Amino acid sequence: MEATGHPEMTEPASEIEREVEDLIGKWAGNPSKTIMAMLAVQEKYNWLPQEALEYISIRLGVPKGQIYHIATFYKVFSLVQRGKHILQLCTGTGCYILGSALLAKTLDKRHGIPWNGTSDDGLFTLESVNCIGACSMGPVLVVDGEYHANVTHDRVDALVKRLRKRANKEENNGEA
Amino acid sequence: MEKLRSIEQFKLFQDKCRREFEEYPLVISVCQGASCRAAGSEEVANVFEKLTTGSSDIRFIKSGCQGFCEYGPLSVVRPANIFYHMVKPGDVTDIMRSTKEEDEVVDRLLYTHPGTGEKLGREHEIEFYSKQHRIVLALNGYVDPLRIDDYLAHGGYSALAKALQVMEPGHIIEEMIEANLRGRGGAGYPAGWKWKSCKEAPGDRRHIICNADEGDPGAFMDQAVLEGNPHSVIEGMLIGAYAIGGTNGYIYIRHEYPQAVKTFSAALDKARELGLLGDNILGTDFSFDIDMTFGAGSFVCGESSALMRSLDGQVGEPRDKFTHATEKGFHDEPTTLNNVETWANVPHIINKGAKWFRGIGTEGSPGTKVFSLVGKVNNTGLIEVPMGTSLREIVYDIGGGIKKDGKFKAVQTGGPSGGMLPESKLNLPVDFDALTDAGSMMGSGGMIVMDEHTCVVDVAKYFIDFLIDESCGKCLPCREGLRQMSKILHRICDGQGKLKDINDLEELAETVAATALCGLGKSAPNPVLSSIKYFRDEYTAHIVEHKCPGGVCQSLISYHIVPDLCNGCGECEEACASLAIHSVRRQKRKEGLLREIDQTLCDKCGACVQICKENAVEKRSPAVAPAGAA
Ligand SMILES: Cc1cc2nc3c(=O)[nH]c(=O)nc-3n(C[C@H](O)[C@H](O)[C@H](O)COP(=O)(O)O)c2cc1C
Ligand code: SF4
Ligand code: SF4
Ligand code: FES
Ligand code: FES
Repeated sequence: MEATGHPEMTEPASEIEREVEDLIGKWAGNPSKTIMAMLAVQEKYNWLPQEALEYISIRLGVPKGQIYHIATFYKVFSLVQRGKHILQLCTGTGCYILGSALLAKTLDKRHGIPWNGTSDDGLFTLESVNCIGACSMGPVLVVDGEYHANVTHDRVDALVKRLRKRANKEENNGEA
Repeated sequence: MEKLRSIEQFKLFQDKCRREFEEYPLVISVCQGASCRAAGSEEVANVFEKLTTGSSDIRFIKSGCQGFCEYGPLSVVRPANIFYHMVKPGDVTDIMRSTKEEDEVVDRLLYTHPGTGEKLGREHEIEFYSKQHRIVLALNGYVDPLRIDDYLAHGGYSALAKALQVMEPGHIIEEMIEANLRGRGGAGYPAGWKWKSCKEAPGDRRHIICNADEGDPGAFMDQAVLEGNPHSVIEGMLIGAYAIGGTNGYIYIRHEYPQAVKTFSAALDKARELGLLGDNILGTDFSFDIDMTFGAGSFVCGESSALMRSLDGQVGEPRDKFTHATEKGFHDEPTTLNNVETWANVPHIINKGAKWFRGIGTEGSPGTKVFSLVGKVNNTGLIEVPMGTSLREIVYDIGGGIKKDGKFKAVQTGGPSGGMLPESKLNLPVDFDALTDAGSMMGSGGMIVMDEHTCVVDVAKYFIDFLIDESCGKCLPCREGLRQMSKILHRICDGQGKLKDINDLEELAETVAATALCGLGKSAPNPVLSSIKYFRDEYTAHIVEHKCPGGVCQSLISYHIVPDLCNGCGECEEACASLAIHSVRRQKRKEGLLREIDQTLCDKCGACVQICKENAVEKRSPAVAPAGAA
């Protein structure tokens, strides 16, 4: 389906549409803000749910095909659900020559968190990020937006163990 | 805050800011740049904040990157310039106490000269700083980027006021041409000429863009300016807009810099509140504002024509260069696009004049350049040096030489578009033309130092693979040529290469460089060509001896535990996620049984090397084949 011609007259109909409206309503009818709208949605949900993209398409007046083209062209976007915790290993040049990429092996083999993938329990997604500007403290691991400096196999291991333990506890307390 | 409605009002307000700032006898700053934050400087700042709120003698400042990132978190006490490094939250009370006493310093937090062992208490005594010339970074560490008053107190927006009050737009452009400020984003095109052709192009609207995509995957110069002194960029853009007749302003920031986004956005708000952005700026007929857009993780979008598409909410594919952006750029209208550091230089040139600017740097490349100096040097961080400074001065004097007394192998300038330069090129000056002649590139300021434990073939492979990922895929040479090159490089790193591969690589590289559409493809071969040119023997070592001289390429190395060094602690066994380490029967050591690595199980992750306190794990190249395999 192509975008309808009346982005301004669209009304949010579902819960998710209402949430997305709050984020992108200010850009109604302005296709040049498509990437900004998609970034806002991804920031909220950690990925791009289809329903949200359809709403952006109508509200901003951008063909759906173009939205999917953008979603695959730009690296940050994810069309599949990501884990609860996002691990980003810096593979910028500074961190890379300090051996950052090797750390992924421990995450994969010991914790079942594959490179560019999500662990089976849905807790962790591991991705690479290009230089976040903390090269002097490399290798750098970003965990849910928080920077961890000078990480080693050992420290990565401890970090994931800690997060997993906390998650198990929460689950036992029924908080999921 | 009240809007400032005239230049006179502005000057009065600026004086007030200056007086208020000077009322504090002491200023303490804590760096909040990315490295310092990663090292815990936010916690340090929190403690300072608690202890200084309401103080009338101490102004506390959370600053942008102060440069010496290696030793973060940093804190500097001014006016004495006492430099504290690796500060922890628990150190704050001691700093506060000795700051209030005259002539007292916290000895344990001072930087020690690695050669002489002398404690150096003042910022300017440290070679890392004393050899720099800071213009763009001058206020990093002196101002709170979230307070426009601080910038004004240090003379901020004076250049704009001067431009509006006493300079005709044409006069500004002449001054810029005379200064010969060359674009700091990589290509080095003179900003003044760009401005002139944009001004002269027909059209009702003119777009002014700041390129803050900073795509080089190992560099953070622009981040430091955006986070440390955002108003200098805004002021530069305002002056440019006034000179060119710019009507619409944009900044394109990569979203991977959330702190820069936050700081810059706050700076824009403050500038609007004061009437420095918006309609009738300082009561004149000049109106201009800046809209912020985020990059979404695409290197090619740093290329100017791709950026303009992305700015419009589209996929960022470059277009051919036959159309000049200055005439037909954003929305096919006249557009001036400059890099963050380029814009940040502008207020200084307007304040002090083209002649002053040309007095710094070299004839062909005046001014300074900011570099992010990282990798295997002792003093990593952000530096600003006059153009013409030699690579040797940067690596050895400012950078303090190679980490762990290692041996220098190469320095990469220009990121993925640049080249690797060997020891014999260390006397080269940093200058747009000199670096290009040597097969590298100035680029935007990334500088990666490599030591003997780095593999140049591996780094070349890394860059090519990065560029394959980032190529928009529109043109065949870039898409297919890079893929072919990557295949060959992988083959060599896997020990499957043939000598002919080196020549094939060179040929492919030259074809891609000659036929790709945009700068990404055109410059992509540089890391490969330069590493072959200067380190051909490393390529042949991989191919003929199956040896990786840097000890990096996984197929060509193996890990071994040296029986004489192992103390049997078993930490490596615990650290090994591949369960490749086991104890050797009857071989007692101080802490337990000797350990051994099963080569068939080893995944070559290096965890055992990191954990072993006895340095008993060694790497060998060529790899020793697993027992039983032939
Ligand atoms: C693939 C590619 C990536 C680029 N990335 C950047 C970048 O991240 N930042 C930047 O300022 N310039 C980048 N450039 C250079 C821009 O195209 C442009 O030359 C520059 O921003 C112009 O500003 P300047 O003249 O002030 O340097 C890139 C160029 C290419 C070909
Ligand atoms: S050289 Fe590469 S990135 Fe540039 S336009 Fe061609 S395919 Fe795209
Ligand atoms: S290199 Fe990694 S996989 Fe190999 S023995 Fe050491 S820890 Fe185990
Ligand atoms: S390369 Fe990792 S933070 Fe810069
Ligand atoms: S981040 Fe603090 S000095 Fe660079």
